[in-house]
Order: sequence, then C-alpha cells, then structure tokens
Amino acid sequence: MTVHTKLRMENPHLRNWLLSRENVGWVSLSDAVQATWRTLGFKCGLEIHQQLKTDKKLFCRCAAGIYHDFDDYDAEVVRHMRPTLSELGEYDGTALMEFKTRKKIVYRIKNDSACTYEVDDTPPFPLNREALDQAMRIALLLKMKIVGELHITRKQYLDGSIPTGFQRTTILGIEGAFPISTKTIRVIQFSVEEDSCREVCDIRHTRVYYADRLGMPLIETVTYPDMLTPWEAAEAAQNIRFIARSSGLVRVGIGAAREDVNVSIDGGTRIEIKGVAHIAWIPKLTHNEAFRQKSLLLIRDELAARKIDPASWKIRYTLLDPADWRHIPLLKKASAEGWKLVAVNLPGFSGILSFFNQPGRSFADEISDRLKVIPCLEKPNMLHSEQIDFSLLEPSKERDSVSANDTTLSNDVIPAPGSSTDSLLAGGVDQTGIQVFSGSRNKSGMTAPEFADSVWDKVRKELKATSEDSQIVFWAPDEDIKTALETISERCLLAFKGVPNETRKSLPDGITLFERVLPGADRMYPDTDSAPIPIAEAQIEAARVELPLGLDQRLEQLAQWGIPSDAYTYLLRNNLMPTVEDLSSKYQIAPKRLALYFAHLLKNLQGKDPLPFDPQRVEDLLIYIRKKKLALDILPEMLKVLFANPNMQFSSVLAVLNYKEITVREILAEIPLLQQMWARVKTNGLKRPDALNTWMMGRLRYLALGNMPLAELRQAVEKELSTNYTNSTN
Amino acid sequence: MLDLFKGYKGRALEVLKHFQARVWGDTTVQTTRGDFQGIILPRSENDDDRHIVIKLVTGYNVGIDVDTVLGMRETGYKEAHYKIPEKEFPFTPGLPKVKLLGTGGTIASRLDYRTGAVIPAFSPGELYGAVPELAEICNLETEKLFAVFSENMGPEQYKKLAVSIGKEIHKGIEGIVIGHGTDTMHHTAAALSFMLQDLPVPVVMVGSQRSSDRPSSDAALNLMHAAFTAGHSDIAEVMVCMFGPTSDEYGLLHRGTRVRKMHSSYRSTFRTIGDVPIARVTRDSVLPIKTDYNKRRRDNKVKVLPFFEERVALVYYYPNMHPDIIDSLAENGYKGIVIAGTGLGHVNKPVYPAIQRAVAKGVQIFMTVQTLWGFVHMFVYDTGRDLMSMGIVPGENLLPEVAYIKLGWALGQTADPDQVRELMLTPIAGDITAGEPYNGYLIFQGGIPEMEEFIRTYHK
Repeated sequence: MTVHTKLRMENPHLRNWLLSRENVGWVSLSDAVQATWRTLGFKCGLEIHQQLKTDKKLFCRCAAGIYHDFDDYDAEVVRHMRPTLSELGEYDGTALMEFKTRKKIVYRIKNDSACTYEVDDTPPFPLNREALDQAMRIALLLKMKIVGELHITRKQYLDGSIPTGFQRTTILGIEGAFPISTKTIRVIQFSVEEDSCREVCDIRHTRVYYADRLGMPLIETVTYPDMLTPWEAAEAAQNIRFIARSSGLVRVGIGAAREDVNVSIDGGTRIEIKGVAHIAWIPKLTHNEAFRQKSLLLIRDELAARKIDPASWKIRYTLLDPADWRHIPLLKKASAEGWKLVAVNLPGFSGILSFFNQPGRSFADEISDRLKVIPCLEKPNMLHSEQIDFSLLEPSKERDSVSANDTTLSNDVIPAPGSSTDSLLAGGVDQTGIQVFSGSRNKSGMTAPEFADSVWDKVRKELKATSEDSQIVFWAPDEDIKTALETISERCLLAFKGVPNETRKSLPDGITLFERVLPGADRMYPDTDSAPIPIAEAQIEAARVELPLGLDQRLEQLAQWGIPSDAYTYLLRNNLMPTVEDLSSKYQIAPKRLALYFAHLLKNLQGKDPLPFDPQRVEDLLIYIRKKKLALDILPEMLKVLFANPNMQFSSVLAVLNYKEITVREILAEIPLLQQMWARVKTNGLKRPDALNTWMMGRLRYLALGNMPLAELRQAVEKELSTNYTNSTN
Repeated sequence: MLDLFKGYKGRALEVLKHFQARVWGDTTVQTTRGDFQGIILPRSENDDDRHIVIKLVTGYNVGIDVDTVLGMRETGYKEAHYKIPEKEFPFTPGLPKVKLLGTGGTIASRLDYRTGAVIPAFSPGELYGAVPELAEICNLETEKLFAVFSENMGPEQYKKLAVSIGKEIHKGIEGIVIGHGTDTMHHTAAALSFMLQDLPVPVVMVGSQRSSDRPSSDAALNLMHAAFTAGHSDIAEVMVCMFGPTSDEYGLLHRGTRVRKMHSSYRSTFRTIGDVPIARVTRDSVLPIKTDYNKRRRDNKVKVLPFFEERVALVYYYPNMHPDIIDSLAENGYKGIVIAGTGLGHVNKPVYPAIQRAVAKGVQIFMTVQTLWGFVHMFVYDTGRDLMSMGIVPGENLLPEVAYIKLGWALGQTADPDQVRELMLTPIAGDITAGEPYNGYLIFQGGIPEMEEFIRTYHK
C-alpha cells in the first residue's frame, strides 16, 4: 500500500488538498522553471521603502533614528480611526473594513523621539529640506522625472499605524528606470513620506504602537509590474537598494529598508504583500502567492461548475449549546468567558474548505485570517468540517518545509543573521498562533478525535446541512458575532469572483496572511496643513552635480576590475565601490585586491560574527602599513584581529600576530637551514614534487608576513630550491 | 459663466488657455522634465500662478512648473463631486429630541479645492452618514443658522443664536447642541450663558480641534458626547463639551463662563479656569463632578436676554503701555473697557491720566487679571487703590474674555453706571465664584517624578 493510498483512507480532506494542489499545478520554488511562471502569467512589481539618513524627522524637529524598548515609554495616547471622505468623494474599501474592526489604538511615546506632532496634537512643521535634498539625489539616480511642485498628500491608513490616520507623502518624481541583468525595470513613481509606528501588539480590539519611528523620512520607489519571475523580483529589489545605498544617504540596518511586493497572475488580481523585511524572502513569497491566486481561480471555476448562484447564496447559522463542546480543550477558554459558539453552514461548499491554498494551508485559512483581522477573533478562531491533519504528510517532501537551501539567492542578501524576528521590522509582529490547527505547527489544537465525523454529523443535523455543504464553527463574544458572520459570508461570496483585492502580511516561511482589503487611489487627499513646495530647475541641477555613478556604470566597473561576481552584492550593498576606488588610487593597489579584503575577508568574518565594522579602518590600516613600510600581505591578518578588537592599537595588533621586524636577507637565510631540517621530516613519505616548497612556505610565512611580499618569498624559495636541486644533482 | 479654470490665474491661466486645457480634463502634459499624465485639478486661490496641479492615476497630486510646459493634450474629462454619504436619520421612539444648531464649525466635512479648505457637512443625513452612532443617542434635527468661521462670530450671531435657542425651548426641545469653531467658542459660550437664563435643558457647545477630514479627528466623539449630554444629562446650563484628555477617552463639560481655550492645537485644549468642570461625559454616561448646577426642568420656559453693546474693548495691559491706547478708545466712543491687568490687577502710572479722562467721559472700566487664575485684589498695593479711586471696578474672578462679553451684554441693557456695575458684579452663571477651590488651579509641570509617573500611568 503506497503512502498516498494510506493517506487517502485516513484523511479524505488531506486527499482533497493533495489532489487540488496537483490541479493547481503547484511545484516548490526550487523545482520551478521559467515556464512555470510564464504559464501562470506571473507578474510582480515592487514598492521599496528606505529611511533617509537625516538628523531630524520629516515634519517635526524630533530626532530621527532613536529607538526604544517597547516597555520604555513616557506616556500613552489612545485614538480610534474612522473613515473620512476622500477628495473624489468616495469612501475607500479598506476604510470601511477597518471601521468594522473597531480597534482601540494605543500609542506609546517617549519625549526624546516624539512631540505633539507625532500624536497629531499639532499641525506639521515645514518639510525637512535635508530630506528633500537627499531624496532628490536618489530620485535622479533612478532617472526620475522631477515634478515642478511638491504637493503633500494625505494617504489614509486606518490600521492606526499613523496617529493622524493618514500618512503625509509627496511625489518627487515619476517614470524612472534601472537595470537588472535581464532587462530594464521601469519605475512608476518616487515619493518622500513619513515612516509609520512600530507595532507592539495586536490582541482582540486593542492594537499598541510605539511612536519612535513615526515621522522619520522615508523614500518609496514604486516599479511597474515588469518582473516576470520571482528571481527577477528579488534582483530588482536588490538593485534598488544598491542604487539608494550608493548615494550614502539612506539608513542601513534592521527595519531601515522594507519591501511591499505586488503579485498577479493571469485572471488574478494585484495582491500586495506588505512589509517584506528581507529581499531573500521575495522569491518564495511571490511564488506561493502566484499559486494561491491560481487555486482561488480554480475554486471560482469549481463553484461555477456546481451551478451555484452567488446572488441567492446565503450562509445559515445556529448557536450551539456550549455544554456539548466543553470537553474540547480548544474551546475551554471561550466557554469560560461566556462566548457563544456559532455553527455556520456554507451551502454547496463541500471540498472547498480543504482546497489547496498555500503550503500547509487550505481555503479555510482564508476565512480564519479574516476572522482574526475584521471581528478581531484571535487564532485559533474556528474549526471546520474539512479539517486537514498535515502531520500525516511526509515532512521533507510534502510540506515544503522551509529550508534555507531552497533559497538559491545567496545568503548575502540577508542583511543580518537573526534579524528576521526583530520588532523593528515593518510588518506586524503578530506571527503567533498561525496555522495552529492546520497541524503543521501545533498539533494540540486540532486533533482527530475531537473532530470525529460524529461531531460534525451533529453540527450538520442542527444546521440541516446536506453532504454538498461544508460547515464552520467559531466562537466569539456577542458583540463580534454579527461582524464575524458578515466576514465569513463576504469571503465566501468573494470565492465566486476569484481573487479578492487584498494586502497580505508576509511570514518568513514564504506564507502570506490576509492583512486588509487593498486600498485604492480613493484614499488620497491633499494635506490642508501644508502649502505646495516648488522645485526650481537650479535645485535639480545642484543635486545632479553631486550624484554618484549609476548602477550600470558600477556593474561595468566591477567587470573591468575582474571582481568575481560573488563579491558584487557585498560591495554594492555596503556602498564600498567609492571606497575601493579611492583607496586604489591613493595607495596604488589593484582594486580587485582591495575589493576582496571587503567582499571576501570582511564578509566572511561578519558571517561568523555579525559585528559592525567601519570601512575607514581599512584605510587607517593602509596608512599605518605604509608608515611602517610593512608588506601589504599583513593587512588581511591585521584586519582579522582588528575585526574582533575594533579599538586595539595597530602596534598591539602586530604583537598579537607575533610580528617581528626582520630583513629579507635574514628571512632568506633561513632557507638553507630549513632545507636541512627537511631531510629529517621527509621520511613521512611526502612524495609530491612541491611538498618541500609548501612546507618551507609554511615555516617561513609568519616570519615573512609584513616584512616582505609573500609572492616574493615564494619566488625566492623556488629559486633557492631549484638552485640547490641543480647543485645537488650536479 | 462656467469656470473652466478654477483657481488658476496669471501665467498658469495663460498656459492652460494657450493649450486649450481645462480643469478636470485628463491631460498629457509634455514638459522639459518629461511627460506627465493626469487630471488637471483646481488650484487653491492662495497658491502661486506658476504651477498647474494634476492628479496622477495613482491618486497623488503633483504640480507642474508652467515654464517647463511644451504641450498639453486632453484625452478625457472627469469632474469630481463631493458627497458625504447621506442616509436618512432614523427616528427611534423613546430617544430624546435634540437640535443641532450650526454656526460654521467643522463637525463633519468635505474638502474644497479652491481654498484647500475643509467644508462642513451638516444635514442630519450627512451627519448620520459620517457619525451613524448618533442615531443610537438621540433623534436629531439640524438647522444651519450661519456659516461663519469661529473668528467671525460676533454680537449679531450671539443674539440670533440666543433667540433661536429660546424658540426651540418653547417648542419643547430636550436638548440643544451648537456646532462651533473652537477659537472663540468660549466667547460665544459666555454670551449664551448671560443671554439665556434659567434654562430648562442643556445647551452644549461642541467643535473639533483636529479637522474632521482626518480619521483620528476628535469631531465624531465630541459630537457623540455633546448629543448624549444634550439628550440625557440633567445639567441645564450652557456648556462647552470637548475632549478631557487628548486621548479618545471622555469629554469634559465646562461651564460656559469659566472655560477657556488653552492650547492652539491640542484636543484637550478647553479647560475650566479657577474651578472644576461640571461633569465628565462618555458615549453613554454623564458623570457629575460638581453638584451645584442648574437642573433640567420639564417646563419650556427660559429667560432670553439678547442684548449687546458693541463699543466695548478688552485691553491686554503690558509694561510701557502708553496712555493714548486708552484715550483713543474713549475718543472713539467706547462705552466700556475691560483691562486684563498684571498680577492682582494693575497698570502703570503713565496710564492713570488717560483712565481719569475716560472715566470722566463716562466709560465703564473693569479690571481682570491676565494671570487668568485668581481674583482681582486691588486693596493690596497702592497701585490698586489708586486705580479704584479713579473709578476702575475690580472684576472679581471674571475671566478677561468673560468680563468683556458680560460688559457688552450689560451695556446693551443699560447705560446707568450703577446698574452696569451691579450686573457685572452679580454672579449670573458661575462667572464669578465665591472663592477658588484648592483644585481649581492645577497646571502640572512635566519633568517632576510624580508627574512623569502620572503621565505614564494615565492617558492624559
């Protein structure tokens, strides 16, 4: 009996999930080929956010870049958000959704990083000119057309991430372009805006934010959906980062750059994956999203084939007697708090809830996600009649368990190891409890006996359901039941249409969760607190003068210098090209050699121990080496010591290396002595022709390090040995 | 005439006309900086004539420098109309009937391109669309009395407002809400406090500090608090209902004669000065702080005294004030002057002759304190005694603005100095109190450990 047959017998819902996954055509990212995405009609666009390196915030005079622990605050302020009218007179869809969630928003503030502007108790001060100048240079690097006049616009965000309820943002340029290896990517627009708050927690109807990051100047680069594979998307994100960093005007480090990734497929819709903290996550997230859309399209077709009319489709629900369910551990808490238990019948939805959605998730998770966001029901928040026990899958093969080697983009693109869970990241930190009852993470919530068919039979009986239907049971306090029912009904009705417009939250394992309805252009309106700011020709020209080289020129340069391609990312990401160029000309050292000190040696060291290191220290070392007339070969060795002990004096570094000043003549004088020793060592059967050579270099290397170039030493050794050899054979 | 070029003037207007482009036209603009595509928007009349504003397809607005324009081509036309979702305000039996009188404040609003300003929305339907919770509080009727900004409210409006409220009360309304801009709300509150005496129902003034076009505005919550107070509270006084703390937590009901706007932009800008507020209010409760307020009655009787003499001035004294300031008021026929003096109620000697001249002309002069808190005490120093002997009347603890309003109201009724003095010094609506309670003056100072602890613990 094969594994599959066994599964089929044990869990029909898992069988349905596997079958639907097959129909969707899902393959793992590592097994996918160009044709995979072409067939789907995969398209991807990016919105890249980067913090500018200004001293102050964008619309007030508070210091930028001061972060605090979430519990270290001076005061809290409470706000609620309600939708308002946009310029064109329509309420935004997102706005209405957020209104339904009835969130109480709490802001934590600290006096050193926030004033009354942050909590919207005072109008904005004039826009920070330093930020504008910095942004202008980056916009020009991206070949943007600069506007004639900045108009500060309010972009509504009702999630509370900004206390006003809108983000002040302004377009600086439109229609730019930048290269990736396969093509040119077009940029729709480039804007300067204020950063949002960091989320502390989001539980039930209360969401807490910290307002230290709020108001920091941010640039946003929005591309056209020109990326046709997940890998192109990652490369484009990477290159935008390189360009911004080449200006030296953007902040680096955790949370300083965040990506929103838009994905669509043929017949699907634009889905915005928000707050992707690492470029390395992009390929898998976009890949999975494409197939999620495909699966929703197949569900739409399936519902159409079943000839269900959405116009007359209606959920039916009933309250269950909590006493009957008290034995289920999952529901204990809910029942203790007096929540109601609601059973919902989804007519004609048999097989839909267990339909493949993403690795480890089925369509039911789409409903569960929305129950978390809209009526604010924490997960696990529901059970359904097609519960899948994913633990039955073979972990390695089937579950697409997230392994590092699945990400073939080099590790290099990950800014700092261990940073993935840091709360400075853009996205929400609420990553707990996901998939609790899909079984893949936590099997306790949802084990088979409790959801034996007999239990569901009872639910079906109460709902007068047929075998063509499927059922959901959720639990909620009275005041949230109405919204929860609307949420379930709304999501199911959207299934008839295909892929709903959404923004989704990204998780490190390549999975996305519903975040909110995708906002449209309707949420923009002019900021009545700010006057337009004209951009004169002279201002643009002044910025142009100070521009660094463009990315295409830098790539050419790298090739010219003969730099191995594995070193590109490190050099560009850390904006080291100008440093290499500068040091190379000042100290007459080949750029390749210098570049590899950084891109191989330093990178290696940082890979083992992620410490910050100021590239200026390399120049300090060069000056010292020149002054002491040391051979350059000692630099990497000194660098290693210096990396671990950044404040150590250079003379001490030499001492650690056991460096002794000694003349070339004295070094070479060691050769004949070593040769005599070799006669005794040789008995070990070292037959290779260069054995003596290697052995001797090993013995002499530390003596010579810094005192003479090692290449010279090698030549001298070779010469000496060959002379001796000739002598001895004669 | 149809205005195709809303707000555009000068060079920008010339360029639009030259290329036959118009507002609301979806237009491709060729410029030396590249092509821009979008809908041409009206321009705010206060902005310069060197830029044309377009809305990009992404919803953002950008300005185009007219000197860079090479060509324009209209490819479509899309005029926007502002509309607040309007639904009929539902009638709920059993809920109190509340009237909202509009003066021009922004409770709900829409945006105006021409000035970049926020235009109030007002009808019950519009308000219900913006704040549907109101329907659970009361049965609301609205009437727009005027549409003026707060700073343009004056005697004419005070009188009309008082008369209108009197009429509503006679008709049996159960509570009045007045939408008002916040800048001069306390002036109007004082005026109504004197003009409407012996009220049988609450008269609640409300506005918003942070414009109602923003999602985090205090407008909706203020309106709910005010509607609840008007409909359900038993406090039949003229009150200002605005945020207590800056947080969305509760509102405070301030007596109309003791309230003052104390911050240019904070939500919690209104404070009761020299006393404590009458009550706190939430969306579904009024929690009294004071007990000596005028209680709601079932009759429809109210004394309406809509009088106001406009030739009254409020003079904020400063060191080195010259006597001609007072002289010019007297010479221009002013009948009353309220001075906000220093300390306990003082001005310097050089002004004395002018004061004597003014009093001799029959000008009524009253002294208040620019410290805001505390009473005028003119017996303490010689300066004060000198001033009193010249005929300046100490105004007890009337707030300067309240004294100004009260003097205008008193002089509107009589020119007799004794009667005016009696009206001025007789407490009418808590405008003068017997004394100042110990907790009537609490301006906390940040930085002090116990205050920092307080701020961290409570939502201020």
